[in-house]
Amino acid sequence: MIELITTIGRGALDRVASFGRAAIFLLQSLLARPAPMQMLPLLVRQIYVVGVQSLIIIVVSGLFIGMVLGLQGYTILVDYGSEQAVGQMVALSLVRELAPVVTALLFAGRAGSALTAEIGLMKATEQLASLEMIGVDPLRRIVAPRFWAGFLCLPILSAVFALVGIYGGALVGVEWLGIYEGSFWANMQNAVSFYDDVINGCIKAVVFGFVVTWIAVFQGYDCVPTSEGISQATTRTVVYASLAVLGLDFVLTALMFGDL
Amino acid sequence: MTQLDDIIIDIRGLTFYRGERAIFRDVDIQVPRGRVTAIMGPSGTGKTTLLKLIGGQLRPDAGEILLDGENIPALSRRALFRIRERMGMLFQSGALFTDMNVYENVAFPLRVHTKLPEEMVRDLVLMKLQAVGLRGARDLMPSELSGGMARRVALARAIALDPDVLMYDEPFTGQDPIAMGVLVNLIKRLNEATGHTSIIVSHDIQETLSIADYIYLLADGSVIARGTPEQLSKDSSDQVQQFMEGLPDGPVPFHFPADDYQTDLLGY
Repeated sequence: MIELITTIGRGALDRVASFGRAAIFLLQSLLARPAPMQMLPLLVRQIYVVGVQSLIIIVVSGLFIGMVLGLQGYTILVDYGSEQAVGQMVALSLVRELAPVVTALLFAGRAGSALTAEIGLMKATEQLASLEMIGVDPLRRIVAPRFWAGFLCLPILSAVFALVGIYGGALVGVEWLGIYEGSFWANMQNAVSFYDDVINGCIKAVVFGFVVTWIAVFQGYDCVPTSEGISQATTRTVVYASLAVLGLDFVLTALMFGDL
Repeated sequence: MTQLDDIIIDIRGLTFYRGERAIFRDVDIQVPRGRVTAIMGPSGTGKTTLLKLIGGQLRPDAGEILLDGENIPALSRRALFRIRERMGMLFQSGALFTDMNVYENVAFPLRVHTKLPEEMVRDLVLMKLQAVGLRGARDLMPSELSGGMARRVALARAIALDPDVLMYDEPFTGQDPIAMGVLVNLIKRLNEATGHTSIIVSHDIQETLSIADYIYLLADGSVIARGTPEQLSKDSSDQVQQFMEGLPDGPVPFHFPADDYQTDLLGY
């Protein structure tokens, strides 16, 4: 019994300590702004790796999710004779929820795990220690550009996801199932408000970008520098990031749309 | 050289715990300027930890580590990074940056710490690579190098900024006899040519004895012997002799503490 309590207590203490380390780490990486001339090429490279290389999975998933939404929406709404509302349904669900959430989940799996593994392996092969001994702060050189790249890329990827998804919905609804094109787009235009829907979706994407990238780079930096440690850290990145995204999504949705 | 008059690194009362275990208890070590000092001892005595403490990557629980009068554990993060420009460290694995070729690896410290024009960087890099005999390997990636070559490239990178102190973490481990001979020679030659201070952490006795000017022998968290190679060879204490002669059993037992063998096997 006592043992159980001590185990729980130790686990809780470890979590709290780890959370504290993550906060200090975040602060140091954010404060560690390198000279812009040094930072820019590093940042551009990371935006390419983290953002551009994630485009394919985002575009393909966005297209399919939009198509499925169009199809499902049509089969339900056609019973009530209101299949013209498919456009509005597809656009609202994508812009408000699915684009930021699914993009963040895919991003955690595609780019977050790669960030964790890369930084973890750098730690295991003493590259981080050797940077420190050369007199270069790895938080500036390695962590900061990766963090900013993820933070900047996720909202853009989320926007791409929403656009492609809406196109996918139109493809199925208008081209295939024959909804009248005018009412499809007009309904969408009427229903989607820029401030309430688009901006709120963007806020979600920015928050998710911050949290997912933070978890990914921290798990890499804080991992046990062995092959087992890196694999655990990579798993933790995907699990923690996904849970954080889903949990935060509920909180943000409640704050944004709860008073409707 | 028995007189330790010109000290560059002065470690006083160093105490360091890892969890409950004391790695160092009140250790004093003085490193003479411009010489090769070896830190020796069995595996697990915290030799690498000592280098990390000197480099400021770990902070001691007590004690001072003075580099020319500056107490490293008390420095701010910024000051620490500045003072590290005076140090070079050769890691056991080489720790080359795997996304850069040999040339860029050696040029890296020059690029981040100096504003030298590109031609001068090139000249310096080629000079450092020539010193370790790998000028011809400048375009290779780290994955294409053998272990010995990787360590020599890492050495070229460590001396790129002409540091005052160069620390070697187990430079001979896992090297074939030829690569080992090359490294031994290189460390000695570089030390004589550039006049920097070298600290070697190693348990390869013959190689280290052949180049060290002064040796500290660590065991169980404290310095058990110190002196020139001749003095240590003549030391009569059992612990020193066991290590220097490489005897399997002695004050450091061959057997991990265990119950009586017969009782364990037969149960009575």
